[in-house]
Amino acid sequence: MSEFTIAQREREAVHVLELKGYLDAHTAPKLEEAFQGLLKDQRFNIIVNCKDLSYISSAGLGVFMAYIEDVRKNNGDIKLSNMSTKVYNVFDLLGFPLLYEITPDEQDAYNKFGNALTRK
Amino acid sequence: MTSRTIHIESRTERLIAVRDFVSEAAREFGFADDDVNKIALAVDEACTNVIKHAYRFAPDRDIAVTVRPHNTAFEVAIRDTGVGFDPSDVHAPDMKDYFSHFRKGGLGVYLMKRLMDKVEYEIDPGKRNEVRLTKFLAR
Repeated sequence: MSEFTIAQREREAVHVLELKGYLDAHTAPKLEEAFQGLLKDQRFNIIVNCKDLSYISSAGLGVFMAYIEDVRKNNGDIKLSNMSTKVYNVFDLLGFPLLYEITPDEQDAYNKFGNALTRK
Repeated sequence: MTSRTIHIESRTERLIAVRDFVSEAAREFGFADDDVNKIALAVDEACTNVIKHAYRFAPDRDIAVTVRPHNTAFEVAIRDTGVGFDPSDVHAPDMKDYFSHFRKGGLGVYLMKRLMDKVEYEIDPGKRNEVRLTKFLAR
């Protein structure tokens, strides 16, 4: 049963993860694995496109917390985009917008990497 | 609606069944989507805590989830027979400190409190632990 899937693609120096389905304690290890792979490959500019993400629990939020420090230490960032109101409300309830840039659209998130990309 | 119970094995793959069960009952009770989502998430967090902490990922233990209507109150009771804990040891994290120190974990209980109107515990380690989550419906 594929209740949660991740599609990955490159946009120049930015890596995009597209999440689909239900991100809970059962499926969170899949996202962890994806982040581990990106860090191993030294990919630190990351957009997580949540357009098709239907659900998130604290297990999913915990994955973002687990990697943000390492990513930022390497001058990168994890930016989130295209969240449904339902998913955004969970991030917002815990104050995650204080720590993470959350944009309505993937292009906005991509543009925010602008300076970082020209430094490369 | 009447009280009803679902029993699941203590595996994270069963969380989806609990969310569906609770969502259906909450909708039937009269909650709109926004509250239905909050209740389902709170119950997911409670069951995840049972799987992780009470049963320490042992996969074949029983978790009973009962939904009960009391006038305008919708109560969900989550019961296990695993390792208990002292609820007074659980403190809500200071989220500013949480983010500035990139802390991890410990958000489930905090979320439950933010999502529901009442969170109560009855802990009898190894015998019967119960978390009761209540949300009131404005009629």
